[in-house]
Amino acid sequence: MRSIPGWVLLALWIASPAGHAAGRFIILASTTSTENSGLFAALLPRFTERTGIEVRVVAVGTGQALRMGRRGDADVLLVHDRDAEETFVAEGWGLERFEVMFNEFVLVGPADDPAGVRDLGDAAAAVARIAAARVPFVSRGDDSGTHKAERRLWRAAGIDPVSETGSWYRELGSGMGATLNTAAAMAAYTLADRGTWLAFRNRRDLEVLVAGDPRLHNPYGVIRVNPARHPHVKAKSSGVFVDWLLSSEGQAAIADFRVAGEALFHPAAKPARSPAILPRSESQDPSKPADTSRARKLSAPRKISTWKPRSWAASVFTGTSSTKRVVAGARSNRSRSSR
Amino acid sequence: MQDLVDAFGAAFALLVGLDRDLVEIIARSLWVSSLALALAAGIGLPLGGAVALLRFPGRRVAAVGLNALMGLPPVVVGLVVYLMLSRSGPLGFLGWLFTPMAMVVAQFLLITPIVAALTRQVVEDLWEEYDEQLRSLGASRLRAIPTLLWDGRHRLLTTLLAGFGRAIAEVGAVILVGGNIAHVTRVMTTAIALETSKGDLALALALGIVLLVLSLAINAAAALAGDVARNAEG
Repeated sequence: MRSIPGWVLLALWIASPAGHAAGRFIILASTTSTENSGLFAALLPRFTERTGIEVRVVAVGTGQALRMGRRGDADVLLVHDRDAEETFVAEGWGLERFEVMFNEFVLVGPADDPAGVRDLGDAAAAVARIAAARVPFVSRGDDSGTHKAERRLWRAAGIDPVSETGSWYRELGSGMGATLNTAAAMAAYTLADRGTWLAFRNRRDLEVLVAGDPRLHNPYGVIRVNPARHPHVKAKSSGVFVDWLLSSEGQAAIADFRVAGEALFHPAAKPARSPAILPRSESQDPSKPADTSRARKLSAPRKISTWKPRSWAASVFTGTSSTKRVVAGARSNRSRSSR
Repeated sequence: MQDLVDAFGAAFALLVGLDRDLVEIIARSLWVSSLALALAAGIGLPLGGAVALLRFPGRRVAAVGLNALMGLPPVVVGLVVYLMLSRSGPLGFLGWLFTPMAMVVAQFLLITPIVAALTRQVVEDLWEEYDEQLRSLGASRLRAIPTLLWDGRHRLLTTLLAGFGRAIAEVGAVILVGGNIAHVTRVMTTAIALETSKGDLALALALGIVLLVLSLAINAAAALAGDVARNAEG
């Protein structure tokens, strides 16, 4: 045991930040859906190659990612719960929120479909039938973006499933993949994001039964943690990352990511997505060739007040919780004017 | 059943092919847990010896406490380490959260009670055996600690292996404080958790088989080293 101290010191040195000769890195707190689908494995090497900045992904639920941001344990967040994101920004924990991409949620369930929801266009009606049939439904139950979206569906259907928790409604407190594993094992219904679903390998009898309802729109936003709150966060590097994600190159990289020929995420920072709202800013103009020289410099201030990507389904959400949406909108407007 | 067959096939392919990512993950698992074990041995062996031999008030309580701490839930340890190392926590300035150091700290806290408690038992048994002999040589209880630790080294090897096994097989704490970051804090167990959540059960199980083979190799090597040492001593 006498000889230990020497190699302990060596190991300490390897473990210390100085031991990583790789240099700059940022911590990205993101969701299990983006990690489990394989998006980051395809996306981040391209960013690192371009900028030399390593991105270390910690994949947790959206709720936990936002808490990590509040504690200052992450430099940038890529999450999917717009209400919570806007609150995060309004409370001053994050800088601006930018829409990066979207996909959709799908209601998956056993192929024999005991609740008879297949091909219903209305996801709220579908969960109402599941409740009426009292067939197993597994919920993420972890305060994640998917969990929040699922709770919005129940609210839209006017049902409180939590009162049935433990009988047919089962709250897991697990990530997306673990939840799909459980749903597959107990032939239950669940809500999943299409990205994780397409990349998921252990489907057994599960199939997509309901898709296409505008309520199932799933937008992802990126937020840098506010260096005014946490001076140690790497605001400069996180800015380069956000700029790259929103650049034509980053957006193309998102669009290029496919599993079995199918795109899992759709770029949302393009003006083509909502031309009435987005101005044709310098690097977002699709008529110009892609800016491949380098990532846009952070120093160029962005026109924040005009940068409010409202995608096609945003107005649909107001149908389910109009008051909340207005409040959230007012909140984010206030935070915007204060900068 | 097909999953199991696939898993053994995949495990074999992984071991034979020496996949570069896999080698990296195995190496990280080994050095993180080895460092945690070295630190735990540095504290746990003398601590266990002291609780076994020294007479101080609350000695029985300390012994029971050490035994109880062997059952520390890893998630609780992970949570405490997370809160300590978080930027908003008291040790946040170190910047260790989501680095391998955080995982070493968590594993160290988990296995130090195991090493100390098992060491206490070994040393106490040895003391009963050699009590009179040591006293006749004029050795104080304090002086007897290193003597008995050395004398019990073959039995203590098992103690250390138990600690190492717990450290390298642990997932709840290290995934919390390490973050399972690819190429930074991904170890065998967190990789298994990740593949499971991707639904790639065969690959997850294959990684589990690799971990088991690894553990077997380490224990076999330790047993062999013990035999060689014993024979050399005659």
